[in-house]
Amino acid sequence: MAVAARKAGRAGSGAANKPNSNKAPAKNAASNSPQFDKDQDLSAYNEMLLIRRFEEKSGQMYGMGLIGGFCHLYIGQEAVVVGMQMATIEGDQVITGYRDHGHMLACGMDPKGVMAELTGRRGGLSKGKGGSMHMFSKEKHFYGGHGIVGAQVSLGTGLAFANHYRENGNVSLTYFGDGAANQGQVYESFNMAALWKLPAVYVIENNRYAMGTSVSRASAQTDFSKRGLSFGIPGEQVDGMDVRAVYAAGQRAIEHARTGKGPYILEMQTYRYRGHSMSDPAKYRTKDEVARMREEFDPIEQVRRRLLESWKLSEDELKAIDSRVREIVNEAAEFATHDPEPDPSELYTDILL
Amino acid sequence: MAIDILMPALSPTMEQGKLAKWLKKEGDKVKPGDVLAEIETDKATMEVEAIDEGVLAKILVSDGTDNVAVNTPIAVLAGEGEDMSTAASSAKAPAAPAPEAQPAPTPDMEREGMADRPSAGARTDSDRPFAEPAAPSIIQTRSSHDAMAEIPEGTEMVSMTVREALRDAMAEEMRRDENVFVMGEEVAEYQGAYKVTQGLLQEFGARRVVDTPITEHGFAGVGVGAAFTGLRPIVEFMTFNFAMQAIDHIINSAAKTLYMSGGQLGAPVVFRGPNGAAARVGAQHSHDYSAWYSNVPGLKVIAPYSASDAKGLLKSAIRDPNPIIFLENEILYGQSFPVPKLDDFTVPIGKARIHREGKDVTIVSFSIGMTYALKAAQELEKEGIQAEVIDLRTIRPMDTDTIVASVMKTGRCVTVEEGFPQSGIGAEIAARIMEHAFDYLDAPVIRVTGKDVPMPYAANLEKLALPNVGEVVQAVKAVCYR
Repeated sequence: MAVAARKAGRAGSGAANKPNSNKAPAKNAASNSPQFDKDQDLSAYNEMLLIRRFEEKSGQMYGMGLIGGFCHLYIGQEAVVVGMQMATIEGDQVITGYRDHGHMLACGMDPKGVMAELTGRRGGLSKGKGGSMHMFSKEKHFYGGHGIVGAQVSLGTGLAFANHYRENGNVSLTYFGDGAANQGQVYESFNMAALWKLPAVYVIENNRYAMGTSVSRASAQTDFSKRGLSFGIPGEQVDGMDVRAVYAAGQRAIEHARTGKGPYILEMQTYRYRGHSMSDPAKYRTKDEVARMREEFDPIEQVRRRLLESWKLSEDELKAIDSRVREIVNEAAEFATHDPEPDPSELYTDILL
Repeated sequence: MAIDILMPALSPTMEQGKLAKWLKKEGDKVKPGDVLAEIETDKATMEVEAIDEGVLAKILVSDGTDNVAVNTPIAVLAGEGEDMSTAASSAKAPAAPAPEAQPAPTPDMEREGMADRPSAGARTDSDRPFAEPAAPSIIQTRSSHDAMAEIPEGTEMVSMTVREALRDAMAEEMRRDENVFVMGEEVAEYQGAYKVTQGLLQEFGARRVVDTPITEHGFAGVGVGAAFTGLRPIVEFMTFNFAMQAIDHIINSAAKTLYMSGGQLGAPVVFRGPNGAAARVGAQHSHDYSAWYSNVPGLKVIAPYSASDAKGLLKSAIRDPNPIIFLENEILYGQSFPVPKLDDFTVPIGKARIHREGKDVTIVSFSIGMTYALKAAQELEKEGIQAEVIDLRTIRPMDTDTIVASVMKTGRCVTVEEGFPQSGIGAEIAARIMEHAFDYLDAPVIRVTGKDVPMPYAANLEKLALPNVGEVVQAVKAVCYR
């Protein structure tokens, strides 16, 4: 393992890697990042590419009218959930908000089931009754998929409470955005998690826009790693575009939580390429800004370069990976297009047990 | 000049208490702030502090006296320079403890007509609900619709307050299932804001009896999250008024997840606490939320009246795999009822109970509304009207069958609740009767409800805002064309 075991940073640590949240992640971050071995890079590449292609296909199917309602794509943020998942062990739980397709795939949920849920079909993970924002898998320890901004933070703290109660050694990862970070219940949860030393890792995915409102227009404290300071919760800012940095920070945070030291906050500095949802005209930012992020910081491109340059994979080998991923996604799309809608009798099932 | 020291009230609903212990004796000098005595109610122990300076001339109510009514003189204080014996002799005759039979309403409440409502904290025979056997007693006969249908014949009954019944229900379920725990404000060290969780911390420890910060939104979410993993939290709200802060998690996180997950993941959580009006606590502490929660698929809503139902239903609620809203009533906490002495007594959720049979009119109510319904039924009996009184017990799912069967028999129906009229439980019952028994109705259904106003503070206005026995009697006469 190439990752240097570093002492858990105090809040706001990592001076060398402290980008202003209004700017692109610091360029020098890459040089400070812990190294991945070939298998780790390959695994991260596969996982991230699956999410990217899946989300591109979702966007396409939304355009074709196959997916209805809201559809929030994760494109650009793939390194966050993939890096964090690499740092978990079996039984650690994941909970997130409505931009959740990437988290589900990273947790190992079946792409067919996810896509069929997006199209509202009976083979969807929630039998077509949940939709894009509401999928769950007890088996994969994925607890949703929540549509109320910030709700997952209290719920995720409850997952940590359950781990603490059962003394099972597991940690809950609660993902939320820079927008949710301003909800009151986040701080109610921080307080309880710190008070009871719950094994909770809070992953703030700062993609710089809460819908159309930039961080600086909504947040008095734009350094989200400091949001737990008054509760004594350590936090750090992480280059969320570099899967290696995410993984390393994830290991520190999870280790902290798992060893009974209480909650930990990771601010993942990331970027979403697409709009807030499919219907977002994205007038709040320039095309140049998006283009620059894609060109200079793309999380998948970073790994791809390493696979070619450091690990000497050939273009053909990468193409083979790409086509395998496309095949999985196409199969999911095919299934989700032709799977029948739920039986009308399903209207009245699953209301009560 | 001698000053009477009066029995103080510890809470808006206290009317009497026990003078547990004098900390000063006759002849002692006291100054403002000195602790004179300790008094106890079933909810709390409090200290009585001196307000004036002087000498404790005479103790009028001795240590250990029960049922001392609020505002009774308990001692006399001689002023500075005043002769103690003169002061003592100027005192009125020592006040007797409040008579057993009439402890409930304070004179003010009686004057204002509040005597319709039972008092909180009273636990004497006169407050025992009508048509309940005196406890302890033995259940001997049961008809098909008997009030005690869940209780086997020959069961011994013991007298117990609603508060004790709820506590016992939680304790029994916590003994039975390691996954059950209680969380909420003041549930542990303080022993419960209304003493419902009394003793649980001592038996089960801080891991399973969890004091939370004042953070309803947050801890409701924590409870639901824990329930997602299969734990069975009992989340206590100090009152359901405060659950407004948490209603997003109750509705969006607890009630909807089973459906949204296609049946994969539910939230076996009980949200419980006092609901509705207590006494003189104003608009923000008096709201009845029965109708609100009753509107939501994915929830079960329970609102018991008697201690026996409170116990049996809370045990069922804790075992139920669904999110449950368990609406208690502060006024009823101190009321005593016969409760079956059984190792494991449960009452099925979703079954109304015919509390009293009658052929002329059906009165449907629940929770504290039952006190008006039962008293009205007694008064009506004197006038030759036989009212059948149905206690819904569970608001959702509503036991329509029991209501409809009764209305088919009587042809008339009056509903009674303390909640607001619009879109209330009575409105729902009326709609169901129209749908299922329209042809059997001999008169339109009349709703007796709380008035369509925020709860006022003034005693006279509060009384006007709540339903009363007279309104129920009047409504019944109207539907009977009498």
